[in-house]
Amino acid sequence: MDKVLEMHAITKQFPRVLANDQVDFDLEYGEIHALVGENGSGKSTLMNILYGLYQQDAGEIVVRGRPVQINEPRVAIDLKIGMVFQHFMLVEPLTVAENIVLGAELKKGLFFDSKRAVQEVENLSRQYGLTIDPRAKIADLSVGLQQRVEILKALYRGAEILILDEPTAVLTPQEVEDLFKVLRTLKAKGTSIVFITHKIKEVLALSDRVSVLRRGRKVGTKATAETDEQNLAEMMVGRVVLFNVDKKPAQPGPEVLRMEQLTVEDQFGQVKVDQVDLSVRKGEVLGIAGVEGNGQSELVEAIAGLRKAASGRIFLGDREITNSSPLKVREAGFGYVPEDRHRRGLVLDYTVADNLILGIHGKKPFVKGCMIRDDQAVYENAEQIIEQYDIRPPVAKQLARSLSGGNQQKIVVGREFTQNPDLLICAQPTRGVDVGAIEFIHQQVIAQRDQGAAVLLVSAELDEILSLSDRVAVMYNGKIVSVMSADEVTEHKLGFLMLGGRLEDYGANEVNGHAK
Amino acid sequence: MLSRAKAIRWQEIVTPLAAVVLALIIGSGFILFVGENPLTAYRILFVESFGSIRNLATTLQRATPLMFTGLAVAFAYRAGLFNIGAEGQVYMGAFAAAWVGFTFTGLPRFIHLPLAILAGMAGGAIWGSIPGYLKAKLGIHEVINAIMLNFIALYLTDWLATGPFHGGSWVPETARISPSAALTRLYPPTRLSGGIFLALAAAVVAYFILWKTRQGYELRAVGLNPQAAEYGGINVAKNTVIAMAVAGAIAGLAGTEQILGLHNRFIVRFSADLGFMGIAVALLGKNHPVGVLFAAILFGALQTGSAAMDRLTSVPRELITIIQALIIFFVAAEYLIRRILRMREEA
Amino acid sequence: MGEVLALLFNTAVFAAALRMATPLIFAALGGIFSERSGVVNIALEGMMLIGAFTAMFVSHQTGLPWLGVVGAVLAGIVIGLLHAFFCIHYRANQVVVGTAINIFAGGLTVFLLRYYFGAAGTSPSVPTIPDITIPVLSQIPWIGRIIGRQNPLVYLALLAVVVAHLVVYRTPWGLRLRAVGEHPRAADTVGVHVFRMRYLAVALSGALAGLGGTYLSIAHLSRFSEGMTAGRGFIALAAVIFGKWTPYGALGACLFFGYADALQMRLQDVGVPTQFMNMLPYVLTMVALAGFIGKSVGPKASGEPYIKG
Repeated sequence: MDKVLEMHAITKQFPRVLANDQVDFDLEYGEIHALVGENGSGKSTLMNILYGLYQQDAGEIVVRGRPVQINEPRVAIDLKIGMVFQHFMLVEPLTVAENIVLGAELKKGLFFDSKRAVQEVENLSRQYGLTIDPRAKIADLSVGLQQRVEILKALYRGAEILILDEPTAVLTPQEVEDLFKVLRTLKAKGTSIVFITHKIKEVLALSDRVSVLRRGRKVGTKATAETDEQNLAEMMVGRVVLFNVDKKPAQPGPEVLRMEQLTVEDQFGQVKVDQVDLSVRKGEVLGIAGVEGNGQSELVEAIAGLRKAASGRIFLGDREITNSSPLKVREAGFGYVPEDRHRRGLVLDYTVADNLILGIHGKKPFVKGCMIRDDQAVYENAEQIIEQYDIRPPVAKQLARSLSGGNQQKIVVGREFTQNPDLLICAQPTRGVDVGAIEFIHQQVIAQRDQGAAVLLVSAELDEILSLSDRVAVMYNGKIVSVMSADEVTEHKLGFLMLGGRLEDYGANEVNGHAK
Repeated sequence: MLSRAKAIRWQEIVTPLAAVVLALIIGSGFILFVGENPLTAYRILFVESFGSIRNLATTLQRATPLMFTGLAVAFAYRAGLFNIGAEGQVYMGAFAAAWVGFTFTGLPRFIHLPLAILAGMAGGAIWGSIPGYLKAKLGIHEVINAIMLNFIALYLTDWLATGPFHGGSWVPETARISPSAALTRLYPPTRLSGGIFLALAAAVVAYFILWKTRQGYELRAVGLNPQAAEYGGINVAKNTVIAMAVAGAIAGLAGTEQILGLHNRFIVRFSADLGFMGIAVALLGKNHPVGVLFAAILFGALQTGSAAMDRLTSVPRELITIIQALIIFFVAAEYLIRRILRMREEA
Repeated sequence: MGEVLALLFNTAVFAAALRMATPLIFAALGGIFSERSGVVNIALEGMMLIGAFTAMFVSHQTGLPWLGVVGAVLAGIVIGLLHAFFCIHYRANQVVVGTAINIFAGGLTVFLLRYYFGAAGTSPSVPTIPDITIPVLSQIPWIGRIIGRQNPLVYLALLAVVVAHLVVYRTPWGLRLRAVGEHPRAADTVGVHVFRMRYLAVALSGALAGLGGTYLSIAHLSRFSEGMTAGRGFIALAAVIFGKWTPYGALGACLFFGYADALQMRLQDVGVPTQFMNMLPYVLTMVALAGFIGKSVGPKASGEPYIKG
């Protein structure tokens, strides 16, 4: 079959990441091609390049046999490429019809012909079976309907190539069903579709072919019929390289952290953590495995006091800390390596020394009396942590911004670990960190455990979970679907559970997997 | 790495200087436009502002209120807040100080003067904390409320000074303050007052709070990265109100100094943009107390020299206002300055 | 009581309110266009001042006040483009640039005033745009006395409100304008040029503010005087917020503020200090922002520079 689109050896370098490394991708007429990979694997970057939002550093794009330069979205639109973004590109105070025709408005004399816009949208929605009220304001629509508007927007511009960036991430299961119906209809009418996701079930249910990206590179492309969950999971996660962490068996003590029926919502009122019961004991590492976006971040932020719990209770030791302020939680004996060090963990324009007291800046010995800062203590603290954690360059007065990712992370880790907290949460502790630093940080996590800390580890890296955890909990869709002791865990099993499988089905899948 | 840190600090000084030079160059276009020699005009400007101790004293007298308002803007800026409300805080502080000055009589100087100064600070602090509170509590951007409060302060003090506290003459002003509340004139016949020491002290205190206390650590963290501040257990809302209150208190001192050191009574609309000029001073001083002092002296010098330039040449003194505005443009558009500097390097 | 009522509903007061509102209406419309595109414009005051000066100057030089109007519009556009250039291209802080423009305008107008006319403070008297009588309108009882005989610029302001409403809500350009100020990236992804829209909107903002200034110097009065806008640019800004960023809303706010202005002299006689009437627009705007009379929420992207990619 002919290709409607070919992308050859696309490379895109961002300041600190190689987002796409010689990626090839193609799309046939009238197929649904799933593009899968973990967060940060480069899927969205590749498609943003196709839509003209980024320009590739190297590589070629061929549309319908002609090489093209797509340097702005208008060019992509003219090539009949449409994109449905993960974060909708809708103007909330405007109506459905206004959003759909924006940039390609019909005129009646000098004026915008809103009657005809409404009519055309009605026609279009009838034609594709996408029911919508063209006069409704976007702000009044559900997320599912807003997505429908985004699809109509692309179709209104005559899109023959439709890109959907993680379209199911924000939808309810019923809405996902509806979306799949729509996409199958579109396919039947000849539209070629790129479907970005990290949910393997969706790939199998919907696509004709699937391409897998990992860390900016393409792992492979397969016909969906020739693959299965296990196979795709392996391609996505990659072979697990167990890190060599010196680790004695855990000596778990009493419970330090306990969550009872904890439920947390995001700012739109969507349930992100769903009635979770979980506890972590003194002297153990509990790893939470899961594909990102399944509620881990919200769970951790609720413990840290950075996000309100909708219901349920959280206890640290014998103190209840549900909806306490971050300061109160810290005072209860809490250390926390946040998942995004630039957003939360560091003040980049503070010096290393100042960053090393964030959170304890009001305590002795860093203040004399009640207000005055003791510079000498601040720098002594810095020198000590810099040496102990081998932060380079070893300059306390350097701005944190000027350090490498690994050394920035060591600032956060050093600061939190040296406080010897009762409960230590490490969220993605080695993201964007070089191999040497990874090993070092892993050793420190185990050292904390051995000193009696209860460690809650959240990571999207399976190898990290497997190397460090004494027990592993798998989180999927806001729920803890399984808690296992480390010796029960295999990499296959985890991959299967993380991607929405049920433990009961695990064995069966192992046998029948390839028969599909 | 060390050299890189130095390079950054160097740039902190070079860009404001380049902005001043660029503004003076464009200003010379205006001088040529009125048919005068820019070099002559600028020489008069310089000699009149720095040429003798007496001229220098006048320059410092003009710079004093700008030091306060510049600090008021810079302090809030360090906490991530844009204090465009210094103008209103100046009026409220000035009136409060004046009120203490003319209401209480017979107090010894060592009580009366500090009392008047404290009242001035309180007036400004209250006025400043209103937009801070509205931001912390309701999430309303501080700029719009601060602008509105500028005008409300202007008309409120106007009413107070022409209504309930009118001094009795036909002029719109209050009664004179008691001499026991007045700041000392340091170098008569210039009008340089002891307020300059207050300004220097305010700069030292602002520096000390920002960099040597727990409070300052929290304020700056909120300004640089509110999310990390929150993570570190810092109460962002509380620090927003504190920053605006302190900024208001410093701006209030500008008004206090003008009343107790210069006018000795509250005069309606005396400020003439002291608060807005504070924005220029803070920007030019890179929002650092030391930078603010130098920037204020520069602006004070421009104002001092402009009178002589106006008298001795046909260049209207408003040239100085134009140059001050140009400086703000160029400091605000740092990108532009950097590009011009780089172009020169490449050429 | 009857006296006060007679005062409040006096046709002469209403006519004066309309005159007082006119410069505010122009500037507020300017503010709406700029803010709707996502650029905060606190420089309305300075733009009005430049407009007022230019109108006076051109009228003085040519004897043709209508040419003064054209000159003021052009000068407003230039200042608008200056604002746009720093804010959009160099991503400078929009409030800072606005402040700089206000200071610049204050300095430049007096600089030129003193250079050309030597006099401190005010210009000589210049030819003005005379009031006109509308034949049929002026015959209507009561209403005729309010709007039957006014300056052409007063009628132009009212017309501009209607046109602005149509442009913002009924044209493709207006649709794009609103999109750019709310969610510039969404507009960008459907091929709308964000920068171009913002430049146009801010230039238009300058033109309208310039017109507002024109009314002050060559219609309401016949001369330019130092700082003659006296905060009207900020009252216009308040009207934009109070009117919830809509032309009709802003018209209502301007008329109300103009009415307060027209009343102040008369109310002083019954014991209400003029300063309280002066304060009213600002106090009401703060109350509106705080959400006590229907929350005022501006365009979402207002004040934020757009960075492509």
